[in-house]
Amino acid sequence: MNDQKHSLDNPATVKRFLHVFYGVCSVLFVLDFILTRKIEHPFETIPGFYAIYGFVGCVILVVIARGMRRILMRDEDYYNSDKKESDTHRGPHVDD
Amino acid sequence: MWMTDLPPAFIYYVGALLVLIPQYRLRAAALLTIPILGSLAVYFMPESTRVEFSVLGYDLRPVRVDKLSLIFAYAFNIAAFIAILYSFHIRDRMQQTAGVLYAGSALGVVFAGDLITLFVFWELLAFSSVFLIWAKRTPKAYQTGLRYLVLHALSGLILLGGAIGYYQSEGTFQFDYLGLESIYGALILLAIGIKCAFPFVHNWLTESYPESTPTGTVFLSAFTTKAAVYLLARSYPGTELLVYIGAFMTCFPIFYAVIENDLRRVLAYSMINQIGFMVCGIGIGTALAVNGAIAHAFNDIIFKGLLFMAMGAVLTMTGRINGSDLGGLYKTMPKTTILCIVGAASISAFPLFSGFVSKSMIMSAAIKEGYDFIWLALLFASAGVFHHAGIKIPYFAFFAHDQGLRAADPPKGMLFAMTLAAALCIGIGVYPAALYSALPFSIQYTPYDTTHVLAQTQILFFSALAFVWLNLMKLYPPELPSTNLDVEWVYRRFLPRIATACIIGFETTTNQISQAGSNLSTRVLPPLRKLSTLPSHLSAMVQWTVLMLLLLLILSLSVLIKSA
Repeated sequence: MNDQKHSLDNPATVKRFLHVFYGVCSVLFVLDFILTRKIEHPFETIPGFYAIYGFVGCVILVVIARGMRRILMRDEDYYNSDKKESDTHRGPHVDD
Repeated sequence: MWMTDLPPAFIYYVGALLVLIPQYRLRAAALLTIPILGSLAVYFMPESTRVEFSVLGYDLRPVRVDKLSLIFAYAFNIAAFIAILYSFHIRDRMQQTAGVLYAGSALGVVFAGDLITLFVFWELLAFSSVFLIWAKRTPKAYQTGLRYLVLHALSGLILLGGAIGYYQSEGTFQFDYLGLESIYGALILLAIGIKCAFPFVHNWLTESYPESTPTGTVFLSAFTTKAAVYLLARSYPGTELLVYIGAFMTCFPIFYAVIENDLRRVLAYSMINQIGFMVCGIGIGTALAVNGAIAHAFNDIIFKGLLFMAMGAVLTMTGRINGSDLGGLYKTMPKTTILCIVGAASISAFPLFSGFVSKSMIMSAAIKEGYDFIWLALLFASAGVFHHAGIKIPYFAFFAHDQGLRAADPPKGMLFAMTLAAALCIGIGVYPAALYSALPFSIQYTPYDTTHVLAQTQILFFSALAFVWLNLMKLYPPELPSTNLDVEWVYRRFLPRIATACIIGFETTTNQISQAGSNLSTRVLPPLRKLSTLPSHLSAMVQWTVLMLLLLLILSLSVLIKSA
């Protein structure tokens, strides 16, 4: 296999990519003030409602998920830790 | 036309005999003709076809054709074609047979016009699909398959209980709208709910789909849950309870998806989230909402299939599927990377991809009907789905940290299948009118206006921004080899432990009584304690006991209904 240098290995490229991404985000935020949209719900009159909701929602999601890990995370073979005898059920691996 | 007389399910059942062809390429090619014939059969079947006859005095209607059953039938034929193409390289006859029979059973469900036919195909759905899990041939897959089978057999039993109740009160097995006003309606909803992965009975999905073979999961992802969604759309539209169940289903799995390491299990959680949107739409019950739910089911079959195919390709080529073991694969699997990103964009509902044209219908319907909090929940879930399925899946598999894996793109069959699915995702996204015209209700809906496009693009880009920011702040939970406790803990750990304790307690007591006065108990206890090292057998035993008790409950319920 080839192991040539790939563009994403270069931190400068990643940085440039991120700058473009931030630019697009800013433009999308500003578009809220330029374009007029149909208002179906009072919340939509808040400037940048969708942008803020998306960002804050995802941060809350990750923060809660991190907290869940503290309570719910167990060892990888938690359910199989005392099942060694079940290996006797192993059948032949048939490919045809 | 002979094919119009033959229910499409039987084309699949008869077609399954093609697995007898010895040469494996020829066999795979022959199997591909089954969904093509199936689609033709569906195409030539006139709408409002009814096949009816009497058996033992019961009026059965094994085939009922209308727009609702037709769109699901097309979706299932497409899914079967893609899945068979994807498994073109495999030689395992067990998977090929099970896959074809499974797809056929799903078609049987969507055309069933009476509850007895439905029950038969419902059970066949379970008994054919379990072999796709067992096809992995590991002890873990065997155990998982058993649990899967128990739960699905239970769903069938509850359905049968409901069917008997229905017959007692209506005098026929033919059904259409059922609703929740009666006990039988509630029982049948519970049966469908199990297959639909309602909260608290959802773990069969997250447990078994990641346990199947790379090709088996692609079959599994298409049929069972969507057949359940079809039944909800047929028999429970406008049932308000479904709005709340659906909204809950969209939200809770995304938390699990964020911390899950097995990328196919991430997709399984994500699948519950997508089904949540459909269930919610059906619960809202307006023409727009139900159309949206059905369109979303159609799209989900294709894009979720595409994502499972991409992860299956990664698993096939690298032997790994945990996010913690993957990364950097875009260098040697560029085609799979691009196809996976198309699937990720579709599930995230990016404009011009299929998820957008269907999900926005459900969201619009939620606002229109005044479900404010539900709308906010769906919006949160939309942002969340982009986070775990849209970014996490491609990012941890193909980018993130280069793990030094240098696997090539998968076999041609897999690539063709993924390309076909990706083309459909983009095709439907760009030209949704074709899909809309096949929906049961004729309504005017334009997804591509400034309002929808701007809102959706903003929410997606700022979710991505949150991902970037959390990653840069090192707040994003790293991929860790782990098991996250879910409801399954109750029947995989808690109940078996209780049962073990009871058995040990019981045996100890009887031994102590029989050997009263002697000190033998000290010699008898240790071997008894060894029982606690056998939870796998015990858990199966407990499950079967619970099953039998439930069977008893259902039988007594049906007697109750009869006497009432």
